[in-house]
This record gives sequence, C-alpha cells and structure tokens, in this order.
Amino acid sequence: MSALAVIRPNDWELPLFVHVLAGFVLIGALFMAATYLFAARRDGSVELTRAGFRSLLIVALPALLATRFAGQWIASQEDLEDAEVTWIEVGYASTDAGLLFVIVATVAAGLAVRRAGRVAEGGGGGAGVTVAAWIVALLILLYGVVLWLMASKPT
Amino acid sequence: MLRGAVYDTLLGLHLLSAAITFVTLVMFSAWALGAPLTRSQWTVADQAWNVSGAGLLIFGVWLALYVDGYELWDGWILGALVLLVAATFFGARARTPVLAALAGGAAVTTAREAMVWHWLRTLAILGILVLMVWKPGA
Repeated sequence: MSALAVIRPNDWELPLFVHVLAGFVLIGALFMAATYLFAARRDGSVELTRAGFRSLLIVALPALLATRFAGQWIASQEDLEDAEVTWIEVGYASTDAGLLFVIVATVAAGLAVRRAGRVAEGGGGGAGVTVAAWIVALLILLYGVVLWLMASKPT
Repeated sequence: MLRGAVYDTLLGLHLLSAAITFVTLVMFSAWALGAPLTRSQWTVADQAWNVSGAGLLIFGVWLALYVDGYELWDGWILGALVLLVAATFFGARARTPVLAALAGGAAVTTAREAMVWHWLRTLAILGILVLMVWKPGA
C-alpha cells in the first residue's frame, strides 16, 4: 500500500471535518426519524409522529445542507467543482435529490402531526406517517451506499 | 493517488462503523434534550453502539497496520484508541440509568446522570473525529 494514500493537502481539514461530521449526524438523524415514524405508524402516537417530524426538520435537514455545502467547499479548495469524477458527481446528485426527499418526508410528517392532532386519540397520522417513514428508510439505504462510494472513490 | 481494494474496503467499513456510532449519539442527544425514548429505540441505539464500537476498533487497527506510513503507536492513533476506551466507559455509565428507567416499560424522561455521561461520550467521539481528520504528527 502506498504512503501516498495517507497524504492530503493541509487546507482540506476543516471542510472535511464539517462534511464528515454533518454526514454522520445526517445518518443518525435519519435513523432516529425512522424509529419514531415507524413506531408512530404502528401505534398511532401523536408524540412519536411529532418527534419524527422534528428529527427531520431540526436535525436531518440542517445536517444534509451542511454536508452538501462542506462537500462543495472541499471541491472548491481543490478546484474540483467542475471535475467529471464519478464519486463527486454521485455525492452532489445524492445530496441534491436527498434534499428533495427529506423535504417531502418532512412535509408529510408535518401534515401527519396536524392530522393526528385533529383526530381522536389513537387515530394516528394516516398515510403521511407511512410515506415519511418509507422515504426516510430509503434515504438511509441511499446514504449507506453513498458513504461507501465516498470511501472507495471509484473513478 | 494509489488505492487498493483492501484499503477501500477497510476504510469503507471503518467509516460505516463511525456513521453507526452517530446513530447512538444522535438518539441519546435527542433524548437528553427531551425527546421521547421508547424501548425499541433504546434497542436500536444500544445495538448500534455495540456494533459500531467493534467496527471502529477492528477496522481502525487493521487500517493502521495495513497502510504504509501509519503505525499503531503514532500519537494520533494512540490518542484515538484512548478516547475510544474513554467513550466506551462513558457509554456504559450512560446506559445504566436508562436501562433502569426503561425497566418500567414506559417511555422515559431525561435522567440527569445519563445525560452527563452521554455528553462526555459525545466529546470523546468528537475528539476521535478531530484526530482522524487532522492527524496531528502524521
């Protein structure tokens, strides 16, 4: 194994730290949201539906934005913004598409909270919780694959 | 930059383990800040901590042995190992009060003792992340 693999330019560190930390928090937040939303889907709890909604809105969404912008920051430091490199393009595409899906899941969970608050206790959040829960589950799978690609950096 | 399949696989597994660590950290942090925690969520957070701890240690040490230019006794690697031991200790201390609260079977509210240990564990893990990114002395 070449020692070259361990050498990185010095000005990568801060954006890399932000990128990695935010990415890890994003995965943690998605797991947390999934556990709340699937539990809410099962027992119709308003409290758990609200916790899932807040997990997405307060933690996952900011973490996703921080991951995306820190990634762009690293690319700009290295003049790679316009580079046609597979793993960078996958990173941009997954965060851009992921942002859309996280917003959809957040809105669905938010609507489920409103619905659950209106109906009788135990009525649950309806389809909104189910939609949000499955979108979040798919995002967890997606970002597991993306994390692997970021590590292996295929050309 | 030369890369190999073994290095890529080890790094991928090491990073996945680190990401799974944050499943536990984020869930405990949310709970510490007042979010509900149920038994099924506790199981996910607890198992994530066990799996990720083993993964971080095994694949981290393997990487240190595999990569030319890294040695287990490098300061930043030794520091990370010490912090991982500390995080494991703090995590065990954070776990006990939560288990006791969950023994009743209901969702638990914030336990001050568990919170303190959890934040210490979080600081230790963040310290490891700083060492992994900046690699002082490497």
